[in-house]
Amino acid sequence: MAEELTLEIVTPEKLAFSGTVSEVTVTGTEGEFGVLIGHMPFLSAVAFGELNYTKEGKKVYFAAGPGYAEVTESKVTIIVETAETADAINEDEVKKQKEEAEAQLSKLGKDDETYDKFANALRKAEVRMKVLEKKKGTEKH
Amino acid sequence: MGESLRDIKRKAKAVEKTKQITRAMNMVAASKLKNAQLRMENFRPYAQKITEVLNSLASRVSGSTNPLLAVREPQKIRLIIMTSDRGLCGGFNSNIIKSVEGFIRQRTAQGQEVSLICVGKKGRDVFRKKVPVISQFIEVLGSFNISLASKIGEEVLGPFSKEEYDELYIAYNEFRSIASQKPVITRLLPVSAEGETPQEVPEGAVEYVYEPSEEELLAQILPMYVRVLIFRGLLETSAGEHGARMAAMDNATKNCEEMRQTLTLRFNKARQAAITTELMDIVGGAEALTKAG
Repeated sequence: MAEELTLEIVTPEKLAFSGTVSEVTVTGTEGEFGVLIGHMPFLSAVAFGELNYTKEGKKVYFAAGPGYAEVTESKVTIIVETAETADAINEDEVKKQKEEAEAQLSKLGKDDETYDKFANALRKAEVRMKVLEKKKGTEKH
Repeated sequence: MGESLRDIKRKAKAVEKTKQITRAMNMVAASKLKNAQLRMENFRPYAQKITEVLNSLASRVSGSTNPLLAVREPQKIRLIIMTSDRGLCGGFNSNIIKSVEGFIRQRTAQGQEVSLICVGKKGRDVFRKKVPVISQFIEVLGSFNISLASKIGEEVLGPFSKEEYDELYIAYNEFRSIASQKPVITRLLPVSAEGETPQEVPEGAVEYVYEPSEEELLAQILPMYVRVLIFRGLLETSAGEHGARMAAMDNATKNCEEMRQTLTLRFNKARQAAITTELMDIVGGAEALTKAG
């Protein structure tokens, strides 16, 4: 694609990514959305979830969020508290977190105060697993 | 004759060893400080973006009912105090502790209840017997990331929304330079967005479509903004601690050097005195012999 979209992923620790891409997919709080060049300007809340961009035909995956995304015609700025690439995710650790959260959840009732906390942890672990799997998927090709 | 030569020599050796330690600590602090400053640098764009979007949202959503904006008559107050875990950093901790003591005194005089959330061991040790400490985060400043700010955030945001207390403050040392850290106490909750009055839309600015609604977006950004402020406090504290330690250890190294010079001088004098006495003895002896002969 000749016209490329500028993408910036800003986290508290560093500029996680800065460059031109052809497409970005973000998990908004209202569901996933994709951005191509010439998108209508908008501002969306970003939930913790999968984030990916396509550069030179290759997709790169992140587990990122929460935060917000600012979209203008030619630029996407994503401001999130964390953005982890698959390489930065430790598979064993995530598995452990997932099992722990599941074990806690099975013990707790839905009304329990800490239920949300563990449900959240489980969701995060699942997102990370998904990112890991996608990464493996792209490597096979 | 005072102390023996050996005593002075031993002392000089001890001072020399102390100097080696203080100099090593100075260098360690210097490298950690560099790291901490880099993190502050990297954090700035993120903090700026969050503040910007919050202000622009706050100016659009007037009369928001978000619980984090609710202003109540302050009766119960919470304060996050950030100190270091370790000492040997000059007046770093005592300065912030003094300001917080002043703050507590002033608020208590107004009939308000103050309780604390302590980050860092030094602050907790001072306050735990005097003021209710709701929660503490000890030995966390060595290596931390945004998730520490989230944990502290969890501790304060929920109870505020449930109206368990009315105002939240944060106290930390602002990092000015290696030689100077300034204690600051600022209010975190209720959040006071700077853009209360609608700002002029700058020329050429794009009108955004907000998704979900502006109000819901605000509900997401507000806790993030609070975490930004907490994280900033953590970063400033960490940089300040290393800066203060670096300065303190630099001073200590200089003092050691001075002391060693004084000791060397004293050693030389004592040695000279010993030689003189010995000479006197010999001369005295020789004289006695010639007189006798």
